Amino acid sequence: MAKMLMIYPDRCTGCHDCELACSFFHDKEFRPYTSRIKVYSWEMEGFSMPTTCAQCEDAPCVAVCPTGAMYDDPGNNRVAWDESKCIGCRMCTLACPFGAVVFETGKRRIIKCDLCDGEPECVKICPTCALDYVEETDAAKARKKAVAVEFKKTFEEVTS
Amino acid sequence: MNGWIGTVLRVDLTSGSIKKEALDLELAKMFIGGRGLGSKILYDEVDAKTDPLSSDNKLIFAAGPLNGTFAPSSGHFNVVTKGPLTGTIAASSSGGMFGPMLKFAGYDMIILEGKADRPVYLWIKDSEVEIRGAEDLWGKNTVDTTQEIRSATDEEASVACIGPGGERLIFFANIMNESNRAAGRTGVGAVMGSKQLKAVAVLGTGAVHVSDNDAFRVSVEKASIKIKEHAVGGGGLRNYGTDVLVNILNNIGGLPTRNFRESYFPDADKVGGESLTKTLLTRPRGCYSCIISCGRATRVKNPKYEGYGEGPEYETAWAFGPDCGIDDLEAITKANYICNETGIDTITMGATIACAMDLFENNIITTKDTDGVVLNFGNVEAMMEMVHKTARGEGFGKKLALGSYRMADSYGHPEYSMSVKKQEMPAYDPRAVQGIGLNYATSNRGGCHVRGYTVAPEVLGNPEKADPLVTEGKANLNIIFQNLTAALDSSGACLFATFGIGGDELADLLSTATGIKFSTEDFMLAGDRIWNLERLFNLKAGIGPKEDTLPDRILKDEVPKGPSKGNVNRLDEMLPEYYSLRGWDESGIPTKDKLTQLGL
Repeated sequence: MAKMLMIYPDRCTGCHDCELACSFFHDKEFRPYTSRIKVYSWEMEGFSMPTTCAQCEDAPCVAVCPTGAMYDDPGNNRVAWDESKCIGCRMCTLACPFGAVVFETGKRRIIKCDLCDGEPECVKICPTCALDYVEETDAAKARKKAVAVEFKKTFEEVTS
Repeated sequence: MNGWIGTVLRVDLTSGSIKKEALDLELAKMFIGGRGLGSKILYDEVDAKTDPLSSDNKLIFAAGPLNGTFAPSSGHFNVVTKGPLTGTIAASSSGGMFGPMLKFAGYDMIILEGKADRPVYLWIKDSEVEIRGAEDLWGKNTVDTTQEIRSATDEEASVACIGPGGERLIFFANIMNESNRAAGRTGVGAVMGSKQLKAVAVLGTGAVHVSDNDAFRVSVEKASIKIKEHAVGGGGLRNYGTDVLVNILNNIGGLPTRNFRESYFPDADKVGGESLTKTLLTRPRGCYSCIISCGRATRVKNPKYEGYGEGPEYETAWAFGPDCGIDDLEAITKANYICNETGIDTITMGATIACAMDLFENNIITTKDTDGVVLNFGNVEAMMEMVHKTARGEGFGKKLALGSYRMADSYGHPEYSMSVKKQEMPAYDPRAVQGIGLNYATSNRGGCHVRGYTVAPEVLGNPEKADPLVTEGKANLNIIFQNLTAALDSSGACLFATFGIGGDELADLLSTATGIKFSTEDFMLAGDRIWNLERLFNLKAGIGPKEDTLPDRILKDEVPKGPSKGNVNRLDEMLPEYYSLRGWDESGIPTKDKLTQLGL
């Protein structure tokens, strides 16, 4: 089944648990600086937005990669990379429109969301379900439903 | 090192020296971190008789071993110092991301000493630490200060700063971090102001490690489920914020009203969490690694009180609301925003205005004192005017800035101050909830609910129900809650995690994080040790058994109406037993045997 990481910023409370879970899974340490998912918060407005790799269908990072290290991996619903082929040219970082592919200074490596091989840790830990890993065509269901519920409320108020 | 980082940053603001010291692991085992370890260092390094606002006092920002991990709701750090409001040891807890960020930068603690000769701020980026001039920031509010420091350093920095409140040495000034999070009680902001330290800004790119990854994950999952499934931890607090307590307390006649003259407010629902959710709430917010998210992002659109930010939480809604006889949630919320921007404590601010209203209605002060303002209970405009005056340091606001005890005392009537050890009691009437009265009386930082929250069993039935009107068993209950909280505050966890977990889970989290085995008994014993150490500091400071009491109004004046009608607090039935169970002598001094048992 083709799944995607769905983000609901309206549910995000800015707790950063996703970043902690991400770095703990990948690097066995709590280090949000190298998390593959990143939350930006506007504290006064009370708004937070998780950002991560969109696993593009026609991915610029794949297109620009000169060695074929970055490649499309539809079986795992993602764009993946082969570290043995990576020459560290950082073209993928330059090409990504989301800033989701990062070259890490410390370990001289690419860091990018790999969906934890099918069971994203960020989704598992998110306490408010602001992140979900769902079948693509169903991804917008919750949002559709929310609109319908609001409409129902208004409709009932108007017609009662 | 696991859990802890292993490094303490020591900054002398007088000389400008910056040193990195190794964390004493033996002390860390005994005092855990945060409040406990900070208090131990303060106890050892600062003379308890020191003037809190002199350069001899120290200001300690202390993270705990769980900060920076995904242990549930473990984003709290403590500011430890000698507090100016009470003259006692002061540990003020705050959430946000400052504690975790401090650890990612590579430190468990910052010890600030001396006094700068000009306004400065401290900028920490990992191993680089710099004292920078803050002349341009002096006078600015906490929101602008936070933004300007981020612009000058890094947009993602965590900024803990003071506002005009701390600069003017208001005895109940806060330290605010992430604009909306407060180290809010005991006046820690004034100590920071006295050192001319406007802010501490931190950006960390490093890591926190735990000892046993798999075991830690299991501990976290177990604890998280318990909190999520708890009616308060996973329900009430998330859905309605702490303000959910308004109706609950009012229903038992435990909501102090009009400066504790009464303890039932008929219009309470208008300022409760349910109303807040329907009207001003934008969305719930969480501190770092929080699975509860009791924080309330709010916006007031009414042009009269327009603004946005976070709050009010329960104590604030009560202090500017029922305690002042007020039911206008928009005004209360605006008062909250002003206090956050000024960097002052909302509980003391609201309760001091309530005290002034009481003095006014009893003709002890008149419009001549209040700059012409008719300061009676229920007067929303007057309440707002008083908040503005205090924030700006104008006229009668200078009197209010003393806190209720010193203000009322200056008019010869300290008995109108609803405070313990000069700090205002919060939003639980001890006549309706007996055990919390004992907690206020014995709290090591004066009138305060978060030293031993017996409201949990007495009102909310957590972990099991205790009758709020009974005094029997409350001494023991207080000791358990005080010890647990002292240890919890030292670990980096938030008090609200106890709506779901207790000593067993916290000890397990600590053990798997640090690799040092803490049994539940070890954990509770550490809490006992911390509590006794704080008591020793206060005794040395000259504050002791004589001050372990409650205002006469609470001990002698029966609640006049409402569900708790006819009650007073029966402290005398609880205090001797409390001393005895603590292992203290009859006059409330820890015995030698007790101190030996605790390794003090």
